Amino acid sequence: MSIEIDHVNKHFRDFVAVDNVSLTFRDGELTALLGPSGSGKTTLLRIIAGLEHPDTGRIRFHGEDTTNLHVSERGVGFVFQHYALFKHMTVFQNVAYGLTVRPRKTRPSKVEIKQKVMRLLELVQLDWTAHRYPHQLSGGQRQRIALARALAVEPKVLLLDEPFGALDAKVRAELRRWLRRLHDDIHVTSVFVTHDQEEALEVSDRVVVMNKGRVEQDGSPEDVYDHPANPFVYQFLGNVNLFHARVHDGIARIGDVQLPAPEFQGYKNEQGQAYVRPHEIEVFAQREHDDALHAKIELVSVVGPTVRLELRTDNSEELVHAELAKHRFRALGLAQGGDAWIRPTYSRVFLPDERVSNG
Amino acid sequence: MSLTNTSSSLSNSSIEKRWRRATEEPAWLRLSLILIALAFLGLFLVLPLIVVLYSAFSQGLSAWQAAVTEPDALAAIRLTLLVVIIVVPANMVFGVATAWAVAKFEFRGKSVLISLIDMPFAISPVVVGLIFVVMFGSQGWLGPWLYEHDLKILYAVPGIVIVIIFGTLPFIARELIPLMQQQGKEEEEASLTLGANGWKTFWYVTLPNIKWGLIYGVILCNARAMGEFGAVAVVSGRIRGETNTMPLHIEVLYNEYMFTAAFAVSSLLTGLALVTIAIKSAVKWNDERRQRIAAA
Repeated sequence: MSIEIDHVNKHFRDFVAVDNVSLTFRDGELTALLGPSGSGKTTLLRIIAGLEHPDTGRIRFHGEDTTNLHVSERGVGFVFQHYALFKHMTVFQNVAYGLTVRPRKTRPSKVEIKQKVMRLLELVQLDWTAHRYPHQLSGGQRQRIALARALAVEPKVLLLDEPFGALDAKVRAELRRWLRRLHDDIHVTSVFVTHDQEEALEVSDRVVVMNKGRVEQDGSPEDVYDHPANPFVYQFLGNVNLFHARVHDGIARIGDVQLPAPEFQGYKNEQGQAYVRPHEIEVFAQREHDDALHAKIELVSVVGPTVRLELRTDNSEELVHAELAKHRFRALGLAQGGDAWIRPTYSRVFLPDERVSNG
Repeated sequence: MSLTNTSSSLSNSSIEKRWRRATEEPAWLRLSLILIALAFLGLFLVLPLIVVLYSAFSQGLSAWQAAVTEPDALAAIRLTLLVVIIVVPANMVFGVATAWAVAKFEFRGKSVLISLIDMPFAISPVVVGLIFVVMFGSQGWLGPWLYEHDLKILYAVPGIVIVIIFGTLPFIARELIPLMQQQGKEEEEASLTLGANGWKTFWYVTLPNIKWGLIYGVILCNARAMGEFGAVAVVSGRIRGETNTMPLHIEVLYNEYMFTAAFAVSSLLTGLALVTIAIKSAVKWNDERRQRIAAA
């Protein structure tokens, strides 16, 4: 079931939560709505669910207008950040809830409900918790129960609001891989909201980056990470260094370093900002290239297999972050307080007035 | 827990200074706090209760029985129970509706509503009674209209019910507002997304979540409704056997030097309150036992 968001606007008093957003989620796709807090991603998700009503614009499920359909009739599965399990019900009753509250005519028999609930509990690998209460389960287990409960009503679309936001790092990482596999099995159109770029990139088929109620970029995880459409997306998706750059005839210059910038073919001597990711900076112990920039290593931090360096170049006030593999760092014999030469290998330049083409 | 800690470590406290938990007070302080609390409870709660019961039965069971089955006493008991049966459900509906509105919606005048709810506690019951006399009395605003339509409010059951509803208005709402605000609306939203309608969501999700707050509020409301004196004294007209509730009847007996009878009816009034508390404890105990069995 596809979801179509057609020019949706929503404001709370004078705060614009969703600003003229149009998007289409394709059938069976797992999409991440990624953005900082206050970017309108949760509001948009709640509008799709019918928990909020848009000021203007339409929501369509598979071409059918559902804008004014009550949330209880929309057939959506919604998973909340804080689980929202019914505290006074057992796990079994929680998962069965959507079936037991159906009117008598459409309600499955007790035996059918029991079979279905147990099957779902097996799917989330928690069939042994059927008679427990939510407070007896861990956060990760509760969220899996919440997911089973949402799936029990066979929703047309599954909406997840920061589903792993309240969990600790290890459980988060496990659960999101598990969610990916689950989605590969059941293939229900799913949208999940997150502010964690790693989560969005790892789990989803498609990433929609939002900021201040608008869609900044919409594409595959690889596309969004490798080719950010604008400075916001660049900065939001991972760390990035900013260098002053001059673009001239398809070439960007950072100091003496020349990098290709084909999207600026025909531009003459424009000043801009070059965005360079930490792993796109080569570090040398000697001046191996004439155009490398001299810098002092101010801080070395070893994070597992990689080493992060903070360097200060001679001609810039700002710190430069570089990242390299630990064995490479060892081989170079670099040390905190010592000299180094750095050289960007890839950059993306944005001109101050955002005269950018999406190259 | 802390008590067993002390006893086990007392033996080596003489050898070295014992380590003390950050929030743990010295033994003498704990002991005196506990003693003060117990002495206070004994003096102001248990002792009066014993006095009431002792005085009620001081002339034997038959005297007690005679006092509570005498026609005027029976009328007072019936009237009191009737008032409770009307007032408690009315305030339950009002309390749940108000708490729901305050906790789940944003609207203009919300803060005014919250402070208004407390007003019945702030105003003296006698003043409350007078307010309604001014409104419904024969010289009052609505008096002539009521007289024309042959409606009796003052010096009759409706008047008593109205002032008691007014006086007990805050109990249930006050109990539920913080509870519902703290619980938020996520569980209700979850229920709605699962296809339940508003009524089923209220019945299966909201109500169980506020159950204990509601029961506690009902007990307080019930106790106050039975015991309300000042406002009822003003609007009821104190007609013996007709508009006297139990507290008013007790006062009449007391003023007529019928102490044993007064205490007999008092013991019954106290007993009714104790029964509601016992019912609550039983329900709670049963509930916890069911959860324990389910968990095991």
